Amino acid sequence: MAVSTELAPDILVTGEQDYESITRIIDKVILDNKIHNKWFYITLGIGVAGTGLMIAMITWLLYIGVGVWGDQIPVAWAWDIINFVWWIGIGHAGTLISAILLLMRQQWRSAINRFAEAMTIFAVMCAGIYPMLHTGRPWVDYWLFPYPNILALWPQFRSPLFWDVCAVSTYFIVSVLFWYMGLVPDLATMRDRTKNKFLKYGYAIGSLGWRGSAKHWHRYEQSNLILAALATPLVLSVHTTVSYDFAMSIIPGWNETIFPPYFVAGAVFAGFAMVMLFGIPIRARYRLKDLITMKHIDWMCKVMLATGLIVFYGYVMETFMGWYSGNKGEVDLTIYWFIGENKIEYWALLFCNCFMPQFMWFPKLRQNLVVVWIVCVFVNIGMWLERYYIIPMSLQINPLPAIDRPYHPTWVDICLFAGTIGFFTLSMLLFIRTMPAINIFEIKDYIYKVMGPDRIKKAEAAGVE
Amino acid sequence: MAISHAHDSSMNASDLHGLVAEFETGQELKAAANAARLAGYSEMDSYTPLPIHGLTEAMGWKNNVIPWIAAIAGFTGAVTGIAMQYYVDVVDLPLNVGGKPMFTLPMFVGPTFEFTILFASFGAFFGLWALNGLPRYHHPIFSAKNFERASVDRFFLCIEAKDPNYDGEKTAEFLRTLLPLNVSEVEEPEV
Repeated sequence: MAVSTELAPDILVTGEQDYESITRIIDKVILDNKIHNKWFYITLGIGVAGTGLMIAMITWLLYIGVGVWGDQIPVAWAWDIINFVWWIGIGHAGTLISAILLLMRQQWRSAINRFAEAMTIFAVMCAGIYPMLHTGRPWVDYWLFPYPNILALWPQFRSPLFWDVCAVSTYFIVSVLFWYMGLVPDLATMRDRTKNKFLKYGYAIGSLGWRGSAKHWHRYEQSNLILAALATPLVLSVHTTVSYDFAMSIIPGWNETIFPPYFVAGAVFAGFAMVMLFGIPIRARYRLKDLITMKHIDWMCKVMLATGLIVFYGYVMETFMGWYSGNKGEVDLTIYWFIGENKIEYWALLFCNCFMPQFMWFPKLRQNLVVVWIVCVFVNIGMWLERYYIIPMSLQINPLPAIDRPYHPTWVDICLFAGTIGFFTLSMLLFIRTMPAINIFEIKDYIYKVMGPDRIKKAEAAGVE
Repeated sequence: MAISHAHDSSMNASDLHGLVAEFETGQELKAAANAARLAGYSEMDSYTPLPIHGLTEAMGWKNNVIPWIAAIAGFTGAVTGIAMQYYVDVVDLPLNVGGKPMFTLPMFVGPTFEFTILFASFGAFFGLWALNGLPRYHHPIFSAKNFERASVDRFFLCIEAKDPNYDGEKTAEFLRTLLPLNVSEVEEPEV
């Protein structure tokens, strides 16, 4: 008989479930062609169009030059760096869920970690596009890496920009390894479940011939835990290093010691919002409600609220330090945020990041998916505006007022950003369509551990639906 | 419960990979593996859809190489990172900025850290697949009865023919006392 989950408290899988039904819920998203309705194809179409737009904008930039962006002196870092930081931040929730929550033995992560890790990888890809183009000559971007060359030149290891190269490329590589390692046993499950010959070949190759040997699982768990232990400081170091790009300079508005923790908290804040932004519709559409429960949504909202409050504290401290530093540049900039040329963006930022998350205090509202989804949209917009006020706004006000100059993005800036969103959407949809979006073996492990191993018997045609 | 022959030709022991018993739950499998170890079998493996803690101990198998590989790889990464930065920024291309000392250790912490993480991750990842002998094109166990469910909801114990105590009928009889769903022979594929 299948285990009823009605009685146990804090249960993270609902309905009558056994190992087979768990597998079926997850593999149906891939193997059942009828489950994808017109909305899937409409969104896919938008994703394809966006990716096309992104490729067109990159091509145009390569053809004309970085001048097609609105960047100019003194605002030499603008939308490109905003989008870089924004995308990297979005990726951080994935690593937080998969690594930090694994180390803390938070079993609830199992339902969302695969999905969030995929998000990390695609977000870092989107992020990587920007600095690579911003170098001005992307065809010699390999100069960023230290290798002996006939120019007799090396990268400057004392520069935060080089630290950033190290941090982001390491982050990308380790995220891919971690994600793929988690996928291998599930790809083996897919290999055994699919009837389609070509899919079987594909999954068999992807699963590396995984056969579920206990000896393999033993090493697998060790290795997985080590990767989690390595990824945890790594994810904290990545956004810290990104913040050093600013904090190590002497520009008012950038040279702030609060930046590293404040950037990391902001990244997690935006990342969780993005997980829910994509997760809530997918959960509803593919009937994953038994695996991604309201409890998951509730806890993600709480993480979002907590990190949101840290970010709020960051804004308060920045304003305070603007006054307390006594530095004229800092004072001018702080006043400029509130009443300057871009005051609408700054007030919008405060609304999105400080006011909107406060709804998450109320348990009733955390259970209302529409409210949660709307808050997530605002948080993502707010975190984009945060980078807007940090990056170009700090450069518009200078110690030498004669060079002050407003910044305006061009159509290429806007289209490229829209294009990366399209690319991200397309990648996520293709991922959901072809790979198990929820970690199958970890959910089984959860059932095995929490519900009592001897109680899981194969249900005789249990009412699983 | 008779032994189901995957191929009905008579086989001698050298063609066999082993005897496989299929169980319904991980708990039963763990108990079975424990019993097999106590019965004196050492060459065995279990196949499960999820990691079951205590199973390798039940089988009497121990292996803790991965953490050492990761640690050594990480240490190598740290040394590589710091040595490379020293060579590049102090020896080969010294650029004096603001009259500061050439060997500015705090400025080298970031890349050294990233190198450590990167190398250790490579060690943990590639070490895992190397020790597990994967990717591997085929394995005899895949021809076991019902084995396609080993990744879904069934648990298998295989006592391998290379075990010194392996004896076709006796081992099959022993496995049957563990009350599995079925016991079947698995052949080595022809080379």
